[in-house]
Amino acid sequence: MDNFDPAAFAEYLSRQERKDLLRFLTCGSVDDGKSTLIGRLLYDTKLLFEDQLATLQKDSTKHGTVGEDIDFALLVDGLEAEREQGITIDVAYRFFATEKRKFIVADTPGHEQYTRNMATGASNADLAIILIDARKGVLTQTRRHSYIASLLGIRNVVLAINKIDLVDYSKDVFETILADYNSFSSDLAFETIQPIPMSARFGDNVTQRGDKLTWYDGPTLLEHLETVDVRSDQIERPLRFPVQWVNRPNLDFRGYSGTVASGTVSVGEELVVAASGRTSTVKSIVTYDGEKESAIAGEAVTVTLADEIDISRGDLLCDASQRPEVADQFSAHLIWMHDEPLVPGRSYQFKIGTKSVSGSVTDIKYNVDVNTFQHLAAKKVGLNEVSVVNLSFREPIAFDPYVDNPATGGFIVIDRLSNLTVGAGMIDFALRRAANIHWQAVDLDKQRRGEALGQRPAVIWLTGLSGAGKSTVSNLVEKRLFSMGKHTYLLDGDNVRHGLNRDLGFTEADRVENIRRVAETARLFVDAGLIVLCSFISPFRSERRMARDILDPGEFVEVFVDTPLHVAEKRDPKGLYKKARLGQIKNFTGIDSPYERPENPEITLAGATTSPEVLADQVVEYLRENGYI
Amino acid sequence: MSASLAIEAPELTHLQRLEAESIHIMREVAAEFRNPVMLYSIGKDSSVMLHLAKKAFYPSPPPFPLLHVDTTWKFREMIAFRDQAAKDARMDLIVHTNQEGVKQGVTPFTHGASVYTNIMKTDALKEALTKYGFDAAFGGARRDEEKSRAKERIFSFRTENHGWDPKNQRPELWNVYNARVRKGESIRAFPLSNWTELDIWQYILKESIPIVPLYLAAKRPVVHRDGQLIMVDDDRMPLNEGEKPEMRLVRFRTLGCYPLTAAMESPAASLPEIVHEMLIARTSERSGRLIDHDEAGSMEKKKREGYF
Repeated sequence: MDNFDPAAFAEYLSRQERKDLLRFLTCGSVDDGKSTLIGRLLYDTKLLFEDQLATLQKDSTKHGTVGEDIDFALLVDGLEAEREQGITIDVAYRFFATEKRKFIVADTPGHEQYTRNMATGASNADLAIILIDARKGVLTQTRRHSYIASLLGIRNVVLAINKIDLVDYSKDVFETILADYNSFSSDLAFETIQPIPMSARFGDNVTQRGDKLTWYDGPTLLEHLETVDVRSDQIERPLRFPVQWVNRPNLDFRGYSGTVASGTVSVGEELVVAASGRTSTVKSIVTYDGEKESAIAGEAVTVTLADEIDISRGDLLCDASQRPEVADQFSAHLIWMHDEPLVPGRSYQFKIGTKSVSGSVTDIKYNVDVNTFQHLAAKKVGLNEVSVVNLSFREPIAFDPYVDNPATGGFIVIDRLSNLTVGAGMIDFALRRAANIHWQAVDLDKQRRGEALGQRPAVIWLTGLSGAGKSTVSNLVEKRLFSMGKHTYLLDGDNVRHGLNRDLGFTEADRVENIRRVAETARLFVDAGLIVLCSFISPFRSERRMARDILDPGEFVEVFVDTPLHVAEKRDPKGLYKKARLGQIKNFTGIDSPYERPENPEITLAGATTSPEVLADQVVEYLRENGYI
Repeated sequence: MSASLAIEAPELTHLQRLEAESIHIMREVAAEFRNPVMLYSIGKDSSVMLHLAKKAFYPSPPPFPLLHVDTTWKFREMIAFRDQAAKDARMDLIVHTNQEGVKQGVTPFTHGASVYTNIMKTDALKEALTKYGFDAAFGGARRDEEKSRAKERIFSFRTENHGWDPKNQRPELWNVYNARVRKGESIRAFPLSNWTELDIWQYILKESIPIVPLYLAAKRPVVHRDGQLIMVDDDRMPLNEGEKPEMRLVRFRTLGCYPLTAAMESPAASLPEIVHEMLIARTSERSGRLIDHDEAGSMEKKKREGYF
């Protein structure tokens, strides 16, 4: 071991402390040599350990694709499946450092079906290295990845024209490819594009100048990475502080923990809770290492305020003089990341910063052809497609357009059933409500309406004797559904007979007509996306069958409130049994007219022995288990 | 405010950025999950993770317990250190051992490193997570440690059987994490994902974080076995013929079960000396862990089965 010199070591540490960090990603098409390039960077900057080299040599013989030489790609292609296929299938992160900077590299895949991983890598990168195989030139993937890098806000690009050794280190090839790239990249939002001819395999222009590339006088890749200016703009932007966690160790302390997303927060500053508009001033900024006067973008702190105002996770605390917008409808770019296409109208979960909200895509405006950047009319958004859509959230949220502030304008889309992350998006601007009443890119039907309401429309048909408890249970069920945010309507024997069916009596024909009208009305409500509770004695199987047949399969849930006659008669809430027994009412079900018990009801409720609350729970549970709610 | 910014825009250092990122991750987990736990392995990474947890929730104590999977073969110094650390952090400590494995007499010597690890670490961990119904578990793994770790998400989804599917990971963008799981499913959260080994040591130095003294060089009884130095921590270790423990000046780069953790000869008896020595080290950290050596890709196999 070298002699340990404390003074020199202290100096070394302080040098380390001052280093800044560059996060970049490598992207390009399959076999352009991304993994080889990263392996080369690690090797040349001496970040490989001896045992890693030994494993690498062993692996190269087993899996390698470059004959006798060390296959640098095996270093980064970590997963076994990838080694066998010889391709990278996911994002891998690598770390290295030079005297000037520390680096985190995201190696992202080139295969089209894995574009979602590239977007993932790009979302946290300051710079993108776009690799091009000098033999192949600009490909579809090159354009796609350039577009996604630009869309996610990357402003600095290195155009690595690799495998230049295989085209005899030709300047002409280099310049042709560069011209080709420039012809389409001018439409993208890059601030700098640095083209570098290189051979990752042989190391030309990676960390050392290539002696066969004397015609090139620009920087090597590493020189460029060490010096390019990628300082974040987040500190200069207005204060945004998304509340992550309410910190309440005891009754005397109430703090809001979070990471400053942009700007600076200072003691004494006036803040506003963006969504509610309530304001207060910063009382203190608390950290484990003591209180601070101010905290800048990127710092994780806990803020206390002078006033007790209602703040919870997901709220955005902001500079009161530079407020974000608050809206519930947006235009946004969306990258779809799942095999199952986006369904307009379906309810998804959206997470923006620390705020989770449900919502849906109301309109696909167009998809973007990433080769030509043209707008294409579209009815669906499939895996790896980029689309511009209108969004509608269930509640207003505070946001900034993504280009103004990625921290408050980027969101992920989560499927509510599978819980998978199925997409990512960037808010462009808010829509005024009036501008967004045209839901129409897709035909509306009850499924879409139901999806927009977050439910599967259906008729819950309660049948049973008079006094069985149908109305009590259906009222409770409706209240419960309502409190869960579901959309319902209740049709009851009495209320329709006062209006819709007031011309009908109690003859058999009238009874059938009564049920037919009720079923048709329920069908209309189902078409509107509602869950309809129908509470009718409906004593005859044929009537209930008719109602069932009017609706589509799965939309009719028959609930038999099974209360024996003697119990119902004893209850006799409206005194009807008494009158029937006295002969004052004719054709009364259970007395002088039969009740035909359902043969296969979806639900049977023990109306005599169980409380209405529990019965209502059973119905709600059935709806939950069967995917209606 | 903005005037002073224009003159000198302050920037966070590399370590400050890492620290803030880790705190952000921990708070997300605490806010989104019903029943999180922090896996505490007593090593230097766990020490850093625990220190960050204290920072993340201050002035509250971290709102979750610590879980240590005790194989019964940890270095004795580790156990003493563990109990003190939990007490200092004002956190509950859950210690879990696979009793079935103990009953069957599973040891590193009788069953081989990989069977032993599977039963006493992986199975024990899954058993504990199921028993307490944890829906999120923090681990101190870093992406620079090993190839399959380099690809793992920060919020890494686990099935009901605690399995990991590397080909079906959720995309993870910005610092927005998908925390939705169904009953029985869980995530492993890795707040130290973006730290390197050097970052860990620098941070320990800067923050004066206590670590188990085994990391520092001292004279310890070791035997040479399969080209590595194994410390004889107690008399349960069976010695092969001709093996005789000798006192050597050694330290450990990682800590685990003593029969499976190789020591390195080193005179570095202080933190600065360790970091200095690391800078000229040419052997990667995990090579001191015998369990990774069976075959390339062995870590990925273990992780799919539920290992951290």
